[in-house]
Amino acid sequence: MVVESDDTDRLFHALADGTRRDILRRSVRGELSVSQLAAAYPMSFAAVQKHVTVLERAGLVTKERRGKEQLVRTDPDAVRRARTALEQLEATWRGRVDRMSQVLSRTSATVEDTPNERTDR
Amino acid sequence: MSVSSVDKDVDNLALTLVSDFDAPIERVWRLWADPRQLERWWGPPNYPATVEFHDLTPGGEVTYFMTSPEGDKYRGWWRITSVDPPLSLEFTDGFANSDGTVNTELSTTTVRVRLSTHNGGTRMELRTSYESRETMEQMLRMGQSEGLQAAVGQMDALLVASSPGTR
Repeated sequence: MVVESDDTDRLFHALADGTRRDILRRSVRGELSVSQLAAAYPMSFAAVQKHVTVLERAGLVTKERRGKEQLVRTDPDAVRRARTALEQLEATWRGRVDRMSQVLSRTSATVEDTPNERTDR
Repeated sequence: MSVSSVDKDVDNLALTLVSDFDAPIERVWRLWADPRQLERWWGPPNYPATVEFHDLTPGGEVTYFMTSPEGDKYRGWWRITSVDPPLSLEFTDGFANSDGTVNTELSTTTVRVRLSTHNGGTRMELRTSYESRETMEQMLRMGQSEGLQAAVGQMDALLVASSPGTR
């Protein structure tokens, strides 16, 4: 039942929580219900349900009703998209931090900050 | 390079970035608290930011625009949720329409900044996250629009990748 591959491993690596990573792996085929998933972990049904909700809110899994059960299915494309979006944020903020360093090194080169700095842009 | 660590958290759609600066905490705080300082690092070199309004108080706002090489202006805003100089700042960061009203079509992110004294300098821990899957998808769609793509970071990625000394 557990899908093991380097590919999915890499895909899910950026997940903060080990249980959620595992839920994503197990749910790739979309064959397990929340209660079946819950049976796999030494924690309460409610706790597992909470993890599934986090994943659902992040768009990483969808739930589909089959009879009385709600089956959980991982959306690998959604995981990929989330990573791409976070990479964009990272690029933005790395650039900003670099520029912060530049601004700091420039002002420390001049003796101390003075109000005159306001005119130097 | 002053970025010490980066952590991507896909299930919470969050990014945590830890940076160390060789400067006192009050000095690093001024990068955020002084609008003229903020203008010097917020936008990429080709998209410099101009801060029009700057009120770092809870419920307060910062408004700015970034100017593209073609002269197009992209407006943005912060809504301050909490501030504790010189230690912490939290705000929502979003885009605005050309008339300054909030643009709900484009993505918003939340930003939390924590400063602390560390090894004789200052450590900045920055956590930024998409508020929801929807705002994240907006960001991806926006990334497909050429002008904004540069404004929101692709330009940065190129600059970071290509040269240690921009400008």
